[in-house]
Amino acid sequence: MKRLRHTRHTVAIRLNGIDRTGECEPRTLLSDFLRYELGATGVHVGCEHGVCGACTVTVDGLAQRSCLTLAVVADGREVRTAEGLAPEPGVLSELQAAFRRHHALQCGFCTPGILMSCADFLARVARPSEPDVRQMLSGHLCRCTGYSNIVSAILEVASGNEDSPDA
Amino acid sequence: MNDPSTPVRPTAWVGQSIERREDVALLTGTGRYADDLGTRPGTLHAAFLRSPHAHARIKSIDVSRALAHEGVRCVLAGADVRSWARPFVVGVKQPMEHWCIAVDKARYVGEPVAVLVAQDRYIAEDAIDLIHVEYEPIDAIVDSETAIAPDAPVLHEAVGSNVVSNRQFVYGEPDAALDAAPHRVKIKIRYPRNSCTPIETYVVVAEHGSEGDYDVLSNFMGPFSLQAVMALALQVPAAKLRLRTPRDGGGSFGVKQGVFPYIVALCLAARKAQAPVKWVEDRLEHLVASTSSTGRISELEAAVDSNGRISALAYDQLDDCGAYLRAPEPATLYRMHGCLTGAYDIPNLKVRNRVVLTNKTPAGLVRGFGGPQVYFALERLVQRIAVELQLDPLEVYKRNFIGAGDFPFRTAAGALIDSGDYHATLQLAGQRGDLAELVEKRDAARAEGRLYGIGYAAIVEPSISNMGYITTVMTKEARAKAGPKNGAITSATVSIDLLGAVTVSVASVPHGQGHITALSQVAADVFGLNPIDIIVDVELDTRKDAWSVAEGNYSSRFAGAVAGTVHLAACRLRDKLARIAAAQLRCDHADIVFADHKVFARTAPAEALSFPRLASGPHWAPGVLPDGVSPGLQETAIWTPEQLVPPDENDRINTSGTYGFAFDICALEIERDSGKVRIDRYVTAHDAGTLLNPALADGQIRGGFAQALGAALMEEFAYRPDGSFASGTFADYLVPTAVEIPEPVIAHMQTPSPFTPLGAKGIGEGNSMSTPVCIANAIADALGPAVDPQAIELPMTPSRIIELIAPAEQRPQHIAPPPQGDGKHFATSGSVNIAAPVEEIFRVLHDPEQLASLIPGCRKLHVASDNRYIADIALSVGLVNVSFHADISVVDEEPMRRMRLFGKGSGALGAAEGDGRITLTELPDGTRLDYEYKVSLSGKIVAVGARMIESATGVVLKQLFSRLGRVAGHKASGAARWQGLLRLIGLGKPGSQERR
Ligand code: FES
Ligand code: FES
Repeated sequence: MKRLRHTRHTVAIRLNGIDRTGECEPRTLLSDFLRYELGATGVHVGCEHGVCGACTVTVDGLAQRSCLTLAVVADGREVRTAEGLAPEPGVLSELQAAFRRHHALQCGFCTPGILMSCADFLARVARPSEPDVRQMLSGHLCRCTGYSNIVSAILEVASGNEDSPDA
Repeated sequence: MNDPSTPVRPTAWVGQSIERREDVALLTGTGRYADDLGTRPGTLHAAFLRSPHAHARIKSIDVSRALAHEGVRCVLAGADVRSWARPFVVGVKQPMEHWCIAVDKARYVGEPVAVLVAQDRYIAEDAIDLIHVEYEPIDAIVDSETAIAPDAPVLHEAVGSNVVSNRQFVYGEPDAALDAAPHRVKIKIRYPRNSCTPIETYVVVAEHGSEGDYDVLSNFMGPFSLQAVMALALQVPAAKLRLRTPRDGGGSFGVKQGVFPYIVALCLAARKAQAPVKWVEDRLEHLVASTSSTGRISELEAAVDSNGRISALAYDQLDDCGAYLRAPEPATLYRMHGCLTGAYDIPNLKVRNRVVLTNKTPAGLVRGFGGPQVYFALERLVQRIAVELQLDPLEVYKRNFIGAGDFPFRTAAGALIDSGDYHATLQLAGQRGDLAELVEKRDAARAEGRLYGIGYAAIVEPSISNMGYITTVMTKEARAKAGPKNGAITSATVSIDLLGAVTVSVASVPHGQGHITALSQVAADVFGLNPIDIIVDVELDTRKDAWSVAEGNYSSRFAGAVAGTVHLAACRLRDKLARIAAAQLRCDHADIVFADHKVFARTAPAEALSFPRLASGPHWAPGVLPDGVSPGLQETAIWTPEQLVPPDENDRINTSGTYGFAFDICALEIERDSGKVRIDRYVTAHDAGTLLNPALADGQIRGGFAQALGAALMEEFAYRPDGSFASGTFADYLVPTAVEIPEPVIAHMQTPSPFTPLGAKGIGEGNSMSTPVCIANAIADALGPAVDPQAIELPMTPSRIIELIAPAEQRPQHIAPPPQGDGKHFATSGSVNIAAPVEEIFRVLHDPEQLASLIPGCRKLHVASDNRYIADIALSVGLVNVSFHADISVVDEEPMRRMRLFGKGSGALGAAEGDGRITLTELPDGTRLDYEYKVSLSGKIVAVGARMIESATGVVLKQLFSRLGRVAGHKASGAARWQGLLRLIGLGKPGSQERR
């Protein structure tokens, strides 16, 4: 109804370590809010029905489909996107560098979502096996790479990562 | 990975697997895809209203309610399009019209019928539901063999038939060879409709300028011949349609060709809105209506001698191009025309090519384009020859391959296959993949009664399409009239800036293949620089950049044509610099060397100039250039392979500039009790000539392999017999994930092409051509010779396979039977006792107000005529809000005893038709009401939620009649109760009207 459509909410999140606020409607998807309101265009939208995984971000550390989350729900939370993974400008994170080394991306459209799932996954699972990694990746569709280079990149990082499960 | 035995051009950077230049941006979320680029202030957003019917006349469109919705600017409909545009030109002469949106008739589910433009996307999508279209459905046709029957409903009446092209070709003496052959082996195959479904969907931003020009930003990938098709449709000179493409593309695989009709529609929408208009396709739209590979039915017969040597082939190919012959179709049939004889030396060939239209999404470019269809027939046939003649399939290959000494080889239909060594590639695949071990494994598995099979496929991979091949569809007389078409014209510009840095610009429109990386390697070699020093500009602006008709990201033309042309342009610029350097270093320009960022005379390397210093000089001091050297440091090379000429008068056509080769081996096991396929090993050996960057090449192989595995085992656009579409989400159209894709064994040969500047050939489409049939051959081998060859049909899903291995009664329960019949009709019935007299119930059903209170979600109901009502209904089913316009009639069949309720509704999600019958029987304490209800659905709703709707409808109807009982029996507890019930069963959503 008119009344509700015009309701604008202010949503305040901590996006990649920076406090950000923006306005949205009650029905605005988190993916749209991040992209068009806050400019985090690294959040990609591939299906808007929760299957492709391209829109994955972390909310309070947990990987989530931003296309199935309302922006208002993220109010007051800590959101991370691919823009926030690199330790400093011009330096790639270990995982990003491994993706590059292994040619784990082509068009790169699925990549930010995969990186965010990995961030959550590697923080929780210290010594993943290849089937574990493939299982985790099965929540993402990549049409370019055939996945194997992505798997090797993740496994390489995971093997160097054994001692710091919460890194 | 590279075989050292084969020669590689002695260069520094080309041939190395360097890391990609593209990756830093893409990994840090700073890519520049089409939807990431800013739009002008005031840009509006479009949503498409699409036909819920596969075939229907459009009787009327009422946009008044949509226009009244706050935030809506305008609606573009058929009438506007008729006055501002023209139908698209098509490749065959037939009286059929394809407009950018439907004008009088919709011919496939999802066909755009109107474009609504509003302030933002949410509003546009809300308001699209308010457009009311009156359709008159017509019988639809989905099966291509039924579509050619004389009494089939015709899509384009003026054509008079659904067969829009029928051509026959004879090369050599195929009939004589077939008659004389000791063996004739035949196969019939069906290749399904599928797509590589890039994760990024279509994006268009269009603007109409003050001089009647159009400015478009889109992730369109070419072929840029379509720029002319679009300009003609918009009735503007080509220069008045400016196309711009972004740096990063989110995957294309041919599919982004299909955005072009949308570009035209959005140009017109922008013209009507008098503002820039943006549209981002959603996934459902993409799956339903963007594009599809061409479905094909082929019958193929070979004349074979007892050794397995093939002397003739006879093809009968029937292509299903969907509802319209959209450019560049019927190219799927003709791209492969020159190499219909595959990797074999077969002198005699005959072909019949027919194109049929059906009520499905128009077909277009999908990776492999024509190859998967041809090789699915040809390589299945080779497997059948081996089975029927009891030969080792490898022997059949070896006896028929074009010999290594026979290149360049002219095939029967005219392809000039440039180079290769097919026998050696086969051998390489066998060694790398340890074929001997696989054969042992198969023997052991079979001895245990397991279903283990080995399949092969040999494919010639054409690249750099000849623009003229499509004219083979015309007779030579028609060709003479139309004028010649040929070539694969490619442009590249290399320039040097004021401080001496090199920039390369191309019109290759990459979508993930790493063009920036590979081109920086090519240019770095020429100038003696590092790839990182080279700027590569892959954004294309048709108003400012060098480009021509064949440009774009298709036909695997990058490595051979684009990189080759960059090499030519760079060499020209380097030669100019050499002349300038020679004057300064007082030596002959032929002695100038470019290496390590320096320029020096071969004889005096110590006296070197720095590259930037030498290269920037001519900008600052053009007056002191040596004689004969013109000012300016920019060279544009334009190249086309001279071998690409038009079809000759015998319809012989060299369809492509160069031809790679792949030989694949697949070993797999089928689980007997589930029908599941487990790939044990997949080996793929390629010869793509010079490899520019082996890691990029392997990426193409792995990605192509994964898509092809999906095509082989999982993917198909499913249509029901009435043309409704059943694969509308990624949960219905299954694409492989990381758990389904094994790592293939990859091997390379490098036989450079003599016809491309760097010796490179395409590599991106080989596996799309080889893998589906290789897997199918392995499945056929696993199932054994008794299995009907025609039953090997893609995709080989577990349910298809289980049908072949287990009789019905032994099939395990958890395997769902293959979808059959049409799941979009359903019926329900029931009975309720009502504590009210028959007359009272009749009264309620004839009272509009009370009727309105019975219908769930009814927001407004008005009387159209006696016993006919028009209602606006809004319901929530699961996550989906359904809002529709219903036309309800109540007919008394037998007063006070039987009545019928017809309902017809349509909305953005599709159309529904209901037919209910109510019988009332007097009981001592009231009335028994028996009801039967049939519902049929069409449109989007069938694609995404038919099953959900079915169960929801059952519940809604039950409640409706219970409620009727209460109202008639004066025990109603009001609408609140109804809402409560709905909510309880998950149908109503609190505040479901909030979105409106
Ligand atoms: S866009 Fe969210 S899962 Fe596909
Ligand atoms: S890299 Fe293109 S979809 Fe994954």
